[in-house]
Amino acid sequence: MSSAKKFDMLRTVLSVAIALLISFVIIFFVSAQPLEAIKYLLIGPFSNKRSMGNVVESMIPLIFTGTGVCIMFSANQINLAGEGAFHMGGLIATCVAINMSIPGISPIVALFAAGVVGALFTAIPAVMKITTTANEMVSSLMINYLALYFGNYILNNVIGDPAASTASYPLTAESQLPVLVDGTRIHLGFIIAIAVAILGYVFLYKTKLGYELRITGENESFARYSGISIVKVIVISQLLGGFVAGLGGGVEMLSPIYSRFTWASLLGYGWDAIIICTLSKKNPLYTPFAALFLAYLRTGASIMARRTDVTLEIVQITQGIIILLVVAEQFLSGYRHKLIAREAKAELKEEGVK
Amino acid sequence: MENQVVLEMKHIMKIYGNGVVANEDVSLDLRKGEIHALLGENGAGKSTLMKVLFGIEQPDQGEIVLKGTPVTIKSPQDAISKGIGMVHQHFMLVPSLSVADNIILGVAPKKGIFIDTAKAVDAAQSIAREYNFDINVNDKVEEIPVGIKQKVEILKALYRGAEILILDEPTAVLTPQETEELFVQLLKLREKGHTIIFISHKLDEIKKICDRATIMRNGRSMGTYEVKDITTQEMSRLMVGHEVSLTFDKNEQHLTDNIFMRVRNLTVHNSQGVLKVDDLSFDLKGGEVLGIAGVEGNGQTELIDTLTGLNKKYHGTVQVMGKDIANASIDDIRSMEVAHIPEDRMASGCASTLSIKENLFTNQYKNEKYSSGLMLKGKAMDQRSDELIKEYLIKCKSRRQHVGMLSGGNIQKVIVAREFSTNPKIIIANQPTRGIDVGAAAFIRKRLLEFRDAGCAVILVSADLTEIFSLSDRLAVMYKGKFAGFFTDVANVSEDELGEHMLGIKKDERLEGVLYE
Repeated sequence: MSSAKKFDMLRTVLSVAIALLISFVIIFFVSAQPLEAIKYLLIGPFSNKRSMGNVVESMIPLIFTGTGVCIMFSANQINLAGEGAFHMGGLIATCVAINMSIPGISPIVALFAAGVVGALFTAIPAVMKITTTANEMVSSLMINYLALYFGNYILNNVIGDPAASTASYPLTAESQLPVLVDGTRIHLGFIIAIAVAILGYVFLYKTKLGYELRITGENESFARYSGISIVKVIVISQLLGGFVAGLGGGVEMLSPIYSRFTWASLLGYGWDAIIICTLSKKNPLYTPFAALFLAYLRTGASIMARRTDVTLEIVQITQGIIILLVVAEQFLSGYRHKLIAREAKAELKEEGVK
Repeated sequence: MENQVVLEMKHIMKIYGNGVVANEDVSLDLRKGEIHALLGENGAGKSTLMKVLFGIEQPDQGEIVLKGTPVTIKSPQDAISKGIGMVHQHFMLVPSLSVADNIILGVAPKKGIFIDTAKAVDAAQSIAREYNFDINVNDKVEEIPVGIKQKVEILKALYRGAEILILDEPTAVLTPQETEELFVQLLKLREKGHTIIFISHKLDEIKKICDRATIMRNGRSMGTYEVKDITTQEMSRLMVGHEVSLTFDKNEQHLTDNIFMRVRNLTVHNSQGVLKVDDLSFDLKGGEVLGIAGVEGNGQTELIDTLTGLNKKYHGTVQVMGKDIANASIDDIRSMEVAHIPEDRMASGCASTLSIKENLFTNQYKNEKYSSGLMLKGKAMDQRSDELIKEYLIKCKSRRQHVGMLSGGNIQKVIVAREFSTNPKIIIANQPTRGIDVGAAAFIRKRLLEFRDAGCAVILVSADLTEIFSLSDRLAVMYKGKFAGFFTDVANVSEDELGEHMLGIKKDERLEGVLYE
C-alpha cells in the first residue's frame, strides 16, 4: 500500500476517533450518568438479537442511497436529489403494492417501478444542466421538496386510507419482502443492497461506461479531449444514481418495518448518503462498511436515549465532526508531508546505493 | 568588502506534496553587490529554490543564513521585511491602477484611513529618480509596454527595501532593445550595492552581465563558477549533463502521394469574437513534419483546437484523410487515427488523480483488445500498461501510481505513450516538450521523427525554436492568425529571419509550398 493510501485510511479512522471523543466530552457535560450513556452508545447494539437486527436493517437504505451518490459523485455530478428519489421510490412502490397481490411478481414490479421513478426524478436536474446549464447542485436540492409535497398530495388524495390518519391503504402481504432472520426484521432487502453495492463497484471500475464516468468526474476537459461524450456521462450517471436511490426507497417501503406508506416528511437517507459516500471514498464496494458504522452508531444512540438522559441528537454532532475532518484536506497535512518526504528520501538513498 | 557574503542557502531539500524531489541538496551563497546567475534547464529546480528563498515554500531540510544569522522565511511578506524582493515571470500588477499606486500598494502612505495620494506619487517619483528609472508614475499600468511593467515590478521591490532582488527569467518577455535597457539598470543596481539573482537559461546573457553562476541540474547544484572563468560550452555541459546534439540526423524524406490533411480558408473567432485564425489554407502529407512557429497567442491554440475537433465553430473546410470533419465528433476524428498531444498537459492531457493505467487508455478503451461488450479487459490493460511504461521509460513505482505523483517529464511521457500507442496516421503535437527535462524532450522528439519516417504526418506547434528547426520539414510562422512566412528549405533559414517573421516585421504575401496542388 502506498503511503498516500495508508494516510487516507489513518485520517478516516482518526477522524472517527476524534469525533467520538468530542461526543464523549459533551456527554460528560450534559449527562448525570455519563458512563452509563457511553456504555450504551458503544456496546448497546450488542445487548440483544433485536438490537443487532436493528443495526442490519438500518444499514439497508444507507447502502442504496450511498451507492447512488457514489455513482453520481464519481462523475462529479453533485446531485442531491437522492433524497427525493428515495421518497418517490417508496411512494411508487406503495402505489403498486397496495393494488397487486401476485406472490413473487408484485414486489418485483413494485421495486422496478420505484427504481425507474427514482431515475427519472434525478434526471430532471441532469436535463436542466444540459439544456439550461442550471447548476445540478442547486436544482437537485430544491427539487426534493417537490418529491415531498407530491408525496403528501398523493397520500392525502389518492392512496390515503380514510380509516387511518395520514397513512395509505395497507400493502398486500404478497408484496412485502420476506424476513431472513427470525426474531429480527432483517429482510431480503439486505441481500439486494449488498448486490447493488457490488454491482455499483463493478459498473464504476470494470465497465467502459464506468471508466468514462470516472474520467469525466476527475477531469472534464481531459474527458472531452479524449472524445468521451460528456452529455452521455451527465445523463447516465444521474439516471443510474437515481435508479439505485429509488430502488432503495422501494425496498424500505416493502420491508417489514412498514405496512402502510406513512412518510409525511423526508427521511434523510439522501443526506446520509453523502456521509456514506465520503467515508467510502466514492467506491460503492465500501458503502456496506460505512453503512454498518453509521447504523451501529445510531442504534447505539437510540438505546442510549431510551435508557439514559442523553438525547439522540448527540449522534448528529458526531456525524458532523467526522464529515468535517474527513473532507478537510489540510487536516494532518503536515504529517502527510512528512510521510511523503520520508519515502522520497528513502528512495534517493536507494538510488545513491545503486 | 566586495566578497562579503550576504546570504547563504545551505543544503536545501524540498519535496513537494506529490513526492517529487525538486531540490535534493542545493547550496548557494550570494555576495553583496553581485549579479548571480541561477542557471538550469526547465525542471532543474531553480524556481523551487527561489520559492524557498522568497518564503512561498518551506524547505524540508537545510538552512538559510542571512548576514550571518540563520533565519526562517515564513512567507513572502516575511521575505520582503528581510530585504528580499522577487520579480516574477508573470507580472503581479493591477492593470487598472497607475504606476505610483502599484508601487505603493500595501505599504501606502496614509492620511487617516485614506491613502495620501500626493505623497504616494511623490514617493514613487523619488524612488524612480533615485534609481534612474525613466518612468511616468501617473501612467496606467495597462497602457504601458512590457519592458516598463518590468521596471515597475523592480521599483516595487526596491520601494519595499529589497537588497536582494530575485529576477525570474526577466528577459523571456522582452525585445532585444528592452533587454539591453534592463541590463543597464541591473548594472546600476549592482553599483548601489544590491545583490541580484538572475534566473535564466540563456547563456549569452549570463556571460554578458553576471559575475558568478550557480548551475543546477535535476534538483542538485552542479557548483558555483566565476562567469569569466567558464565557457558557455562548459556551462551547457554542466546544465544538461552530457553533450546534447540539438540537431537530429534526419533520415531522407519519403512523402506519401495522398494528402492526409487539407485545410482551406479556415477562419476561427474565439469566444470573445476576436479573429484568431484568418483565412488559413495548407496541406499535409504523410512522412513530413510541418512545424508551426510563432509568438504565443497568434492563433496556434485555436488552429489546433479546430483540427482536433475541440472547436466546432469555424468557417472554411478541414478534411482529414479526405473526409470533412465539420460534423465529426472528437471521438470520430480520433478514430480517423489522429493523435493529439495537448498544449496544457495538466488541464486536458490527463486526470492527475487517476492511475497511470487509467490514463493510458482513454483513447483506445473501446478497442476490442481492451474491452468486450460493456466490460473492460482489466488484464489486457494491466499488461499493456506495463509494456508502455517500459517502452516509454516512464519512471514510476507501478502502473497503479497516480499520474499527479509523477514529475512533469514523466507525465508528458504517459500522455505521449497513450497518444502514440494507437499507431496514428496524423500526430498533432502542441508544445510536446514544454517544461520537461532534456532527456524526456529528446526522447519525445526522436519518437516524432520515427513516426515521420514511418509515413505518419506530424503537425508540430512549438515555442522552442531549436526543436522547430531540428524536426520540421516545412516550417510556417504564425502571426495574427495568418502564416507570415513559410519555408520549405528549413536548413537555410536563420533564427533572425524567423524572428522577424514572428514579430510581424517581415511578411510574405505569396507563400510557396503551403499547398501541394
